[in-house]
Amino acid sequence: MIARLMSALAMLIASACMMSAAAAAALSIGLGADVTSIDPHSNNAAPNNSIAEQIFNKLIENDARQQPQPGLAESWRAIDDLTWEFKLRRGVKFHDGSGFTAADVAFSIERPGILNAPGGFTIYTRSIVDKIIVDPYTIRLKTATPYPNMPTDMAGLIIVSSQAAKGAVSSDFDSGKAAIGTGPWKFVRYIKGDRIELIRNDNYWGRKPVWDRVTFRLITSDPSRIAALLAGDVQMIEIVPTADYAKLKTNKDITVFTTISNRMIHLHLDSNRDKSPFVTDKSGAPLEKNPFKDARVRHAISKAINRTAIVERVMEGLAIPAGQLMPEGFFGVSPNLKPEDFDPDGARKLLAEAGYPDGFGLTLHGPNNRYVNDDQIVQAVAQMLTRVGIITKVETLPFSVYVSRANKLDFSAALLGWGVTTGEATYPLRSLVATYNQAKGLGTWNWSRYSNPQADTLLEQALATVDTSKREKLLQQATELVINDYGIIPLHYQVNTWAARKNLVYTPRTDERTYAHEVRANP
Amino acid sequence: MLVFIIRRVLQSALALLVMSALIFVGVFAIGNPIDILINPQADQAEIARATAALGLDQPLWVQYWEFLRNAFTGDLGRSFSHNIPAVQLIFERMPATVELALCAMVIAILLGIPLGLVAGLKPDAWYSKTIMAGSILGFSLPTFWVGLMLIMIFSVFLGWLPSTGRGHTTLLLGVPVSFLNWDGLVHLMMPALNLALFKLSLLIRLTRAGTREAMLQDYVKFARAKGLPLRRIVGVHVLKNILIPIVTVIGLEFGSLIAFAIVTETIFAWPGMGKLLIDSINVLDRPVIVAYVLIIVCMFVIINLIVDLLYSLLDPRVRLAGARA
Repeated sequence: MIARLMSALAMLIASACMMSAAAAAALSIGLGADVTSIDPHSNNAAPNNSIAEQIFNKLIENDARQQPQPGLAESWRAIDDLTWEFKLRRGVKFHDGSGFTAADVAFSIERPGILNAPGGFTIYTRSIVDKIIVDPYTIRLKTATPYPNMPTDMAGLIIVSSQAAKGAVSSDFDSGKAAIGTGPWKFVRYIKGDRIELIRNDNYWGRKPVWDRVTFRLITSDPSRIAALLAGDVQMIEIVPTADYAKLKTNKDITVFTTISNRMIHLHLDSNRDKSPFVTDKSGAPLEKNPFKDARVRHAISKAINRTAIVERVMEGLAIPAGQLMPEGFFGVSPNLKPEDFDPDGARKLLAEAGYPDGFGLTLHGPNNRYVNDDQIVQAVAQMLTRVGIITKVETLPFSVYVSRANKLDFSAALLGWGVTTGEATYPLRSLVATYNQAKGLGTWNWSRYSNPQADTLLEQALATVDTSKREKLLQQATELVINDYGIIPLHYQVNTWAARKNLVYTPRTDERTYAHEVRANP
Repeated sequence: MLVFIIRRVLQSALALLVMSALIFVGVFAIGNPIDILINPQADQAEIARATAALGLDQPLWVQYWEFLRNAFTGDLGRSFSHNIPAVQLIFERMPATVELALCAMVIAILLGIPLGLVAGLKPDAWYSKTIMAGSILGFSLPTFWVGLMLIMIFSVFLGWLPSTGRGHTTLLLGVPVSFLNWDGLVHLMMPALNLALFKLSLLIRLTRAGTREAMLQDYVKFARAKGLPLRRIVGVHVLKNILIPIVTVIGLEFGSLIAFAIVTETIFAWPGMGKLLIDSINVLDRPVIVAYVLIIVCMFVIINLIVDLLYSLLDPRVRLAGARA
């Protein structure tokens, strides 16, 4: 082990000659998105969570493929339909030396609800109606209705110290006063817009980091991040721009790590209204009927899209054609669904059958600063649709404008990306394709207002089924119903990328997290 | 003088009121901040809770009235995404930007005025033509491109300077600054030069034009006839006369350097407030946008005031408007 560290040390000095020897066991990583707070309950945004999850732990941790692993809880089970029991890890210490117990869990479940912030963490805690501390290392969580997603929720909620975080506001975390966790790294410094510095927690209960300290630099400009890596200012970066991917791969000083992402890029087609705002006839006059109500038209659009071409040309190989809501290996993925084959003739035939032999006119909307190459994807899709007779115009907007208009149902056809952070199918089903229902909290992002009562029933059954294999069957069936009815048009799954100096190894993750303790030195 | 300052303050208050109203309406027209801030896992009930928590469920005029009431007590609101007071957030990031802008301005002045004088005194010499050609490049090359080229040359190929970031800071009167230690200084060099380039070119051209015009004036001829050395003619008489437009431009440009160093800050990952503004606009963090613009308006007002006062120092004929009022 020591020999391995020493060799890593030597290589580091060689590769980054500007660094002094004393700092050589330090790691520095360039992040691609701004971290706005260290408070793990203030703003549920991926860049913030990625940092917080290195200082703190959750009851259940996700591995690189988002499968649940024991975290601060050693085991968990449903003791009846309305009660989940978590057995907590013994001997875990917070960074200030105090012991971790069930009281900290109870406190962390309460905190998101009392914090005056945009938050977004109460989604993990609101199903809990009661918390029973059986002993310091056993906690039972009661729900009002059967709630199988409790482990998923507990894989999203960060556990803070009930002493250090008592009454703490977000700035107490930013200053480090309350940033006392149980995680592999201790908080040192957070300079907004610039960097986050962490130091190794030598008493960590899990696998300890190999680095003494780590600095996360916030370099949101793509070319600057690449330059920082090439110049040796940082040893690793996340989010490699697709345009630089091919060149970096041939660079002998750099290794690129890629894996499929949990993010699926898809189209919503306005499929429930009688008239749709951006559908016209070929001369541009509004159409009396909404063609997307007809599943054959939606099917034709799916057939008209050449997903392989988008992946190879627009995404430069950094994507995988999608045939359903989540990539393989996630809970609830159907083995029967494959990406739609490119078939322009079939698309024309379907359009003719549906009563549109000459096609129609359409404006396709998309964001231009949110997903990898989003504006180019929209343009490519528009050309493909135009080829089969749907004369398609393109309008792309900044995400801030785009998402507000889309939520108001301003569009006829719109692009959206969906990262399945939970790693299971209830989340995309519930948010994207379930019938819009304010009271039940379903279909929140269902921009198509697509509605399939049969799939809804299956989903609601699944949401109340604690038995894992039964739930998986239900989710697969619901997914198949929706996809085969073209309730949503999947395009591709993104690929997550990291690039590092040759001497480093990173296990790429589906959830886009960049964990410094998972960065190892090459043996 | 006092009347002049009072009138200025009143005008500024009006400007602040109008700006804040414009931004409120503007952000409202762009979209709903909750749509971007909220985690996609949130359902309709959670979205409603967050909307209420940020006060966004109220009608716009109520929100604006609340803002005005709080603004009078010095509270410009709390950042949606950072969850700390917007003013605190901006002042945390301001020293980095002010330092960068000051360095850029110093570079531009120390290089621009002498080079402009040289080019104006000897307009036909080869070095003057080189200076002028250089200033055209400084004008026309886009900042982000020059910044990236600087990084490519000095960091990636030569490895002399760090590519991005601010480096170590030392406290000067409680304010973190980077020019007092070596690590900070090498981090500061490239972004400051990149930011200075445009202003440098501007000052060269302004000084040159002023010098050429002044050299033909009667007082210069008279001074020559009197037998004054060229150094004194240029250094005292010419410089003093061409300085008024230059001071005006430096004043205005300094304000814009601070307010709009965004491109340079983004390229060099400089943790200043320009980057904060862009990030805030992207997530419609309205309190930060409003507070930012109000602070910038105040800054411009103060800079203009200083410029006006400098005029009267430089040119005794200029009397501040208050005397006429």
